[in-house]
Amino acid sequence: MAYVVERPKLSFAEKLYFPSILKGLKITLGHIIRLMRGRTKVTMQYPEEKWDASLPAHYRGAPTLVTDEVGRERCVACQLCEFICPPRAITITPEQIPTEDKWAKVEKRPREFKIDMIRCIYCGMCEEVCPEQAIYLRKDYAITGTTREEMVHDKKRLYELGGVREGLVNKWNELK
Amino acid sequence: MPQPLFYLFVAVMLGFGAAVVLLRNPVSSALSLVVSFAGLAALYVSLNAYFAGVLQVLVYAGAVMVLFLFIIMLMDIREEQRRKINKVAVVGGAALVVGFVVQLGGVLAGYEAGRKPLDRVPLQLAEAAEARRAVGNVSPGITADLERGTLPDTKLVGEALFTRYHLQLQMVGVLLLVATVGVIVISRREDRVVSGSGE
Amino acid sequence: MDWFLVLSSLIKISGFTFLVILPMVALCSLAERKVSAYIQDRVGPNRVGVPMTIFGAKKDFPLFGLIQPLADGLKFILKEDLTPKHVRKFYFWLAPVLTMVPALLTCAVIPFGSYLNIGGREVKMVIADLNVGPLFTFAIASLGVYGIVLAGWASNSKYPFLGGVRSSSQMISYEIALGLSVVPVLMVFQELNLGMIVEEQDRNGWLLLPLWGEGLSWQRWALLLPMGISFVVFTIAMFAETNRMPFDLPECETELVAGYHTEYSSMKFAMFFLGEYAAMIIGSGLIVTLFLGGWSIPFLPTAELAKTTWWMGLLHMGCFLTKVAAFIFFFMWVRWTLPRFRFDQLMRLGWVFFFELALANVFLTALILMIVKR
Repeated sequence: MAYVVERPKLSFAEKLYFPSILKGLKITLGHIIRLMRGRTKVTMQYPEEKWDASLPAHYRGAPTLVTDEVGRERCVACQLCEFICPPRAITITPEQIPTEDKWAKVEKRPREFKIDMIRCIYCGMCEEVCPEQAIYLRKDYAITGTTREEMVHDKKRLYELGGVREGLVNKWNELK
Repeated sequence: MPQPLFYLFVAVMLGFGAAVVLLRNPVSSALSLVVSFAGLAALYVSLNAYFAGVLQVLVYAGAVMVLFLFIIMLMDIREEQRRKINKVAVVGGAALVVGFVVQLGGVLAGYEAGRKPLDRVPLQLAEAAEARRAVGNVSPGITADLERGTLPDTKLVGEALFTRYHLQLQMVGVLLLVATVGVIVISRREDRVVSGSGE
Repeated sequence: MDWFLVLSSLIKISGFTFLVILPMVALCSLAERKVSAYIQDRVGPNRVGVPMTIFGAKKDFPLFGLIQPLADGLKFILKEDLTPKHVRKFYFWLAPVLTMVPALLTCAVIPFGSYLNIGGREVKMVIADLNVGPLFTFAIASLGVYGIVLAGWASNSKYPFLGGVRSSSQMISYEIALGLSVVPVLMVFQELNLGMIVEEQDRNGWLLLPLWGEGLSWQRWALLLPMGISFVVFTIAMFAETNRMPFDLPECETELVAGYHTEYSSMKFAMFFLGEYAAMIIGSGLIVTLFLGGWSIPFLPTAELAKTTWWMGLLHMGCFLTKVAAFIFFFMWVRWTLPRFRFDQLMRLGWVFFFELALANVFLTALILMIVKR
């Protein structure tokens, strides 16, 4: 059944519009006064105030490489992360570990490991795919640089950011 | 007003007045007319006729010419084409101009009061105020202004319009009203007639 | 030639335009953002200050973002000044100038202070003490429409053209309401000199606040109704004349991209921007002068004191600027509160409502004056 919406009949005061205009002005003035008295929550003033303390446990920041408790780099240069990376930000140059090395039986390690942070989309797939638990997303979010070269994290920088991880970590644990 | 300024404004007025005719873009012509009006307004002001000068800008430059411009833009009038010059019209026009100049010269030559330079004839405001008091001080505001040493030209125009020329003013008003109503009647779309003839 | 007069006039012109109006325009752009931010529960620009880090210091000195206008100006100057190929060059360049100049010219007749006692001489704090003050401002303000119309036409594209056409029809329509609404005020004052109007209000109470001097008489109170109507119509017409919200149809972003200045960039755009704000400041100044007592301090008639002491004149100037600033805040407050009108509603409001109201108000005032003066 058709339903006809009737136009509301305006009273004289409503037709003048002035009462409603004044009401609107009152509302906006209220907002001004409330803000000036500091009663309104406003945007975080970023560089001065930071939200580091309240970052959630599952926060995905910059991807980094980690060493284990004895100082061995965990990465074995299997290149799985390189292949899964959706924006193709990761470039790995593998090399054979020389036989005289202490960890020669691991056979492979990355000679160079580069993550282009201009490309990285912080998806965390590299972390998920890594069979050796060598790459982790840390909580660094302010990755800046003045040149493109500076924005490419090389192996040294990645280990610097990543630090040491001890023991096996259950990846599917909610708390990492 | 110093002489150089007078000649400057005259040059502006006449130069842009000529540009109105000579320029081929209608918008340029209209704007030249606006500048010409501004020059004319400056000349009025130089004669202490502030009211006339301001009205010149307010009414002609500010309102009438804006409407002109509006219409020129809306109608999208193109640049004028060069036309073959009609010799008879040129001769006739020139004769008209010469005749007008001669007549104007004759009138000005016979105008004795115009011989004196304007700055040699000071405004006799105090005397005028006394004279006004003598005849009953009809508008005290004007007299007060005169006694203060300023020329209340706006008030004088108002007084003249609403006392001496009251009837004429009313008649012009009625005439304009009739013209306005007439325009509305003529320009109104005859909806009823159109729908009636369609049957 | 009176060198004192020439010198003082020059100082008044340059001082009032370059030290008062233009900085005020700059600060207005900051105030506009601040007000809009506060109304929308934001902070607004609060960063730009003294960049101490450039000189090697640890922290910048933000100054509540008061330097923001300077940064804006620098940005406008450094931006590329683009002139599209399809425009009519001469008028395209002329239009920004034509918006800016009339806006600044109108300040010539507005009394921004009473008298300033300089070395025993009293100098009237108005650039041109004309006997046709309000008419002069209307005349010059009505020239401001040329800039917008020409900008729209010279840009030679659709949105600017629509903006130009809208603005010209809007300004012509509201000029009538503006002019008619001021007639009752002039009838009450019987005076067209803005300086004298303010002095009258200084002695006998503001037009809208007749609480001292002769203002306490019942005659003035009887006139309060038509004066109130005049004030409302005049203020609203002023909103329309300065293309401010809710009447900013010539440049409404949601319909016309940016309206008449769509094709403009860099400093030429800034000229439109400045012209608009200057018009708003002068408009506020005119409203304050006519209705809210100009430079006069409420309840204290002090015009005579200003002639003999130097500090009273300065106080009066401060009073005028405070009132104007308050009114500019009102302009902004309204802008960030009300939505935009539709164009036909705007025209209807102007021609059918305000025009008639202002006209009826003239007769109402005449009637009351006739009864009261007897």
